[in-house]
Amino acid sequence: MVDEALRPRMRPAYLAIWLTFARNSLVRDLTFRANFLIQCVSSLSWTLMNVGFYLIVFSVTDRIGVDTGWGRWEFFVFLATTMLVNSAVETFFMPNAEEFSELIRTGGLDFALLKPVDTQFLISLRKMDWSSLTNGAVGLVLLGVSLYQLSCPKPPAPSVVAAAVEAEELNSEAKAELVQADLSPTTTEREEPLYVGPVQVVLYVAFLACGVAIMYSLTIALAATSIWLGRNQNLYDFWFYITNFSRYPMEIYWRGWGVPLSATLTFLIPVLLVVNVPARVLARPLHPQAWWEIPLMLFALLAAPACLFVSRQIFRAALRSYRSASS
Amino acid sequence: MYAAATTWWTVMRIALGERLVYRGDFMLGTLMRFLPIVTQVFLWWAIFSAIGGGDAEGTLIKGYRYEDIVAYFLLTMVGRAFSSMPGLSSGIARQVRDGEIKKYLVQPIDFISFLFASRVAHKIAYYAIATLPFALVFFLCRNFFPEGFPPPHVFGAFCLSCVLGLLLGFYLETCLGLVSFWFLEISSLLFVYMLFSFFLSGHMFPLDFLPEPWDTIVSALPFQYLAYFPAAVFLGKIQGTELAIGLAVEGAWVVGLFALSRVLYARGLHRYSGYGG
Repeated sequence: MVDEALRPRMRPAYLAIWLTFARNSLVRDLTFRANFLIQCVSSLSWTLMNVGFYLIVFSVTDRIGVDTGWGRWEFFVFLATTMLVNSAVETFFMPNAEEFSELIRTGGLDFALLKPVDTQFLISLRKMDWSSLTNGAVGLVLLGVSLYQLSCPKPPAPSVVAAAVEAEELNSEAKAELVQADLSPTTTEREEPLYVGPVQVVLYVAFLACGVAIMYSLTIALAATSIWLGRNQNLYDFWFYITNFSRYPMEIYWRGWGVPLSATLTFLIPVLLVVNVPARVLARPLHPQAWWEIPLMLFALLAAPACLFVSRQIFRAALRSYRSASS
Repeated sequence: MYAAATTWWTVMRIALGERLVYRGDFMLGTLMRFLPIVTQVFLWWAIFSAIGGGDAEGTLIKGYRYEDIVAYFLLTMVGRAFSSMPGLSSGIARQVRDGEIKKYLVQPIDFISFLFASRVAHKIAYYAIATLPFALVFFLCRNFFPEGFPPPHVFGAFCLSCVLGLLLGFYLETCLGLVSFWFLEISSLLFVYMLFSFFLSGHMFPLDFLPEPWDTIVSALPFQYLAYFPAAVFLGKIQGTELAIGLAVEGAWVVGLFALSRVLYARGLHRYSGYGG
């Protein structure tokens, strides 16, 4: 046993180590059970508040943006995707990134550097916040409900409206509402119920993984900057504000000075790809598909590994300028 | 009198010093804070133009034009700059838990007054530096205020509601922090408070958008004065008698919470058993 441990190994068993981290974190979380429960509940209420906000938005409008195809349920697919990505990032990476700047300030990073595993692996995965998985659960439920709504066959609305208006059976208020609905652009109206097959599911999961990879890269790159800045209390804020852009369909930025902004956030810091690409694959808001949707997907496949690579370089460069603060 | 002034001056200097230690962090933080407004600008344009069939012009949602919504979000930033008290409750909780609060029992300084003085000093130091980015952002966004600057009496009411918001925010968070005399660990409670205050203060959307009965419930709570109320006053949504009543109710909340914080502190000290060093 001792021999086994002493023998220099070329490759630590990363999966086993990670599973140990996960188990330790769960044990830790469940030691303070009431606290864990409260964390779950507060995480849940935050997510539900977000849903509440969009319920209010959709009580005044039936879509976000003209001709974008993001109606209520399409957008809720989008929102559910946001929750899934955020849940993954907040569960696996965020607690570690937050602790990283503390490690630097207190000199605790020395101990991480001495361990015979990859420092980035150790730093970014050591803690897991199990309570943040509740967001993901809400996301899955919302996704299920939205997809069910989208894949249900709809009654042929316009002709019914026309017939009803002719029949003069409606009171004026309801009629005005229906006429308004009739006036809305019909080019992106979903005529056929949405079909979700195995191809869409596989693509969705793959692009979700790409999204999480991009978010992770951003998180770790930001955390690494605290080596240079000394303290980075705004790390979480900054992360929140940058990812804030990713929470909306990218089409809303396509006007005026939003064009260079969205170009930057698509090609330079590709946070707009994180939710947009998987959500589009599943919800398919536009019929027929816009010409840029396929190139965008291909670009996302390219951007995810590129981000991982760049963030690793940033992390390494930051470590090189680390001057131990302890002793 | 002279002694009190010296104390205040010292507290002020310390606060300013604390503010300026991490300048890079502070500058970054102030600028970042306006980023969510950018997304709101685009999101609400998409919503308004969808209703207006391609143009946001002339569309009204619950009495708000597109410009009003953006102006509202900008103004809530000002409201929050007054009413938000980062680290106040958690700081009190930490001092109770660590036993640091003992020093206020032996020193001739009142704990809550000291907290208030240093908070006000922090705020003044903050405004001294943050006015510039705020002015820049408002200048860049001047198109969202088609009516220009409000008349002096409205602006006066706005300023008053901001100052009352500061007092309300301070005593609300102090009361929360003092709960730690009974529970020691209140970080979860604080998170829940943060969440509710974010939603119910009108930071996410104008509270007029809420359907009944939520509208009535929210207007009976103090949270609306942290962000919604000053912004709505500035935009002229609340006027005349309604405005006077609103300010009076806000003042009553401040007095009530002030009294509550005193009671909690007095009771808490009786329970206090001086943990830690």
